[in-house]
Amino acid sequence: MSEPTSAPNARPDAGDAGDVEDGEAGGIAAGDATTRERSVAGVRRKPEQDPLFEYLLRLGDDRLVLGHRLSEWCGHGPILEEDIATANVALDLVGQAAQLLKLAGVVEGKDRDEDALAYFREGVEYRNCLMVEQPNGDFGYTMLRQFLFDAHSLLLWEVLATGQHPALAAIAAKAIKETRYHVRHSSEWVIRLGDGTGESHARVARSLLELWRFTDELFERDAVDDAVAKLGVVVDTAGLRSRWDTMVEDVLTRATLAVPTGIAMQSGGRRGRHTEHLGHLLATMQIVARSHPGARW
Amino acid sequence: MATPAKTPPPAPPADDPALVAAFEARIAAGESIEPKDWMPARYRKQLTRMMAQHAHSEIVGMLPEGNWITRAPTLRRKMSLIAKVQDEAGHGLYIYCGTETLGVERDELVEQLHDGRAKYSSIFNYPTLSWADMGVIGWFVDGAAIVNQTVLAKASYGPYARAMVRICKEENFHKRQGYEICATLAKGTPAQRAMLQDAIDRFWWPSLMMFGPSDKDSPNSAELLRWRVKRKTNDELRQRFVNLTVPQAQAIGVTLPDPDLRFNEETKNWEFGEIDWAEFREVISGNGPCNRERLAARNAAHAEGAWVREAALAHAAKRHRTTEAA
Repeated sequence: MSEPTSAPNARPDAGDAGDVEDGEAGGIAAGDATTRERSVAGVRRKPEQDPLFEYLLRLGDDRLVLGHRLSEWCGHGPILEEDIATANVALDLVGQAAQLLKLAGVVEGKDRDEDALAYFREGVEYRNCLMVEQPNGDFGYTMLRQFLFDAHSLLLWEVLATGQHPALAAIAAKAIKETRYHVRHSSEWVIRLGDGTGESHARVARSLLELWRFTDELFERDAVDDAVAKLGVVVDTAGLRSRWDTMVEDVLTRATLAVPTGIAMQSGGRRGRHTEHLGHLLATMQIVARSHPGARW
Repeated sequence: MATPAKTPPPAPPADDPALVAAFEARIAAGESIEPKDWMPARYRKQLTRMMAQHAHSEIVGMLPEGNWITRAPTLRRKMSLIAKVQDEAGHGLYIYCGTETLGVERDELVEQLHDGRAKYSSIFNYPTLSWADMGVIGWFVDGAAIVNQTVLAKASYGPYARAMVRICKEENFHKRQGYEICATLAKGTPAQRAMLQDAIDRFWWPSLMMFGPSDKDSPNSAELLRWRVKRKTNDELRQRFVNLTVPQAQAIGVTLPDPDLRFNEETKNWEFGEIDWAEFREVISGNGPCNRERLAARNAAHAEGAWVREAALAHAAKRHRTTEAA
């Protein structure tokens, strides 16, 4: 890389870059100040430009990615009854995701259905939170993640069911019933494993420390939330957080686990800044659909 | 035989001929045998073996299909596949409960599966290599299972017969779903059609093997038929499956990999070529393409779940003590 890229690779229409001195700015076009800025200064992405679409993607992607993760347990659970239960929850989550993404496609108005959104978006276009894309770990990690998510989900659905967006409220009303069962299932496992044997306690306590850094992201509020509030989808994030804290603390206490403190938080999923795990998950999920563009299944 | 460390295998009690005669008379009269009824030791043993094999097949059968859940090409297909695998777990559980009515615990049967003593359907020792396999398994494998189970629903042992009625309903749904996947691929792109034909070519012969050895090599059949543990011979069931499936293949414009396939106007049967029994024997004796992987996956799940099961028991015991103290 001693020589800057020059003529052979230069774009033929970069006429105003003719007076670039060798070496300056690594060969980047640099005419007068205005041109230089125009060529490099990008736009700040404003997700709130289509806030409802963004909001629905967040809801849908959370459930699609978590449902996908849960479905990886199918046939590999610790006991047959759990193969049935986890498959059941996975099924509900993918079902919710399909409805949410379908609605997102309608809101967007670009003729993308739920499958186009699920199978033909890149990782950076996914809007799920980081927690749900983490690899499954052991059964305790999976159940604890599930509980932290389910608790949030139930409280959120309860709010959205009363919202002013009829289609979303309808999805929420149905999802509440499913999610009640999910919370019961996952919270019972957290309690069993936390207050089970020495080994199970140690494992689930470790998972709690691992997972806690992803919890704040569930309650992050940005311009999208404010913008959808103007459309009647009003979520009191602080109130949600406080109800979630109570619920989680109650279950963790019964599981003889302590709410972690002093953990540095991670986030970024809502803006497409994911962990490296999502890309692999999507590579698997999308491989068949993308290998046969335009095919019907 | 006196190895003190192990429980000796239960010596088959010499069945009282009068009781056997009464039992056979009940069967002949079409009565259903219930758990508390007297039954010959061999009847109990045969049923336990059949039901256990069936349950194991449901459990192992989750693996080849589970293999494609994460890659299903649409959300709708993903959901149907999860639901199907979930149904299979449910069937397994249901049939294990059935074996408990014969006095055999699920743990014991699971152990036999895991250490390789128990058999399960040989078809699940073949790999699933493309999405089309999800269609073809539903169409052939569930189709074959239905042919088997429809007659088992009239078997003499009440709990098993009733389980078959219920399970058959779901299998019918799975079969329709599988056939619909195949029909969709058959109407699809050239790549999809090739994928489908390849899956059919791989699964056709193993599906015919699902009905077990030919009647001439199946010495137990006579007694099992008399006792209505079985209702039809392996070859009869296999022929029925072929007769049902060939027109379905014609309807979606695919071929079956058998140059000897031809319709016999007199018998109205679709005659088919010789099954590769050497392959069948290899697969059932543990040398099929995926035998090791299937058992390894089951064993790994069981071993990795041990701490979870222990914790659940420990927690339940704590709960129990708390409730008693209160």
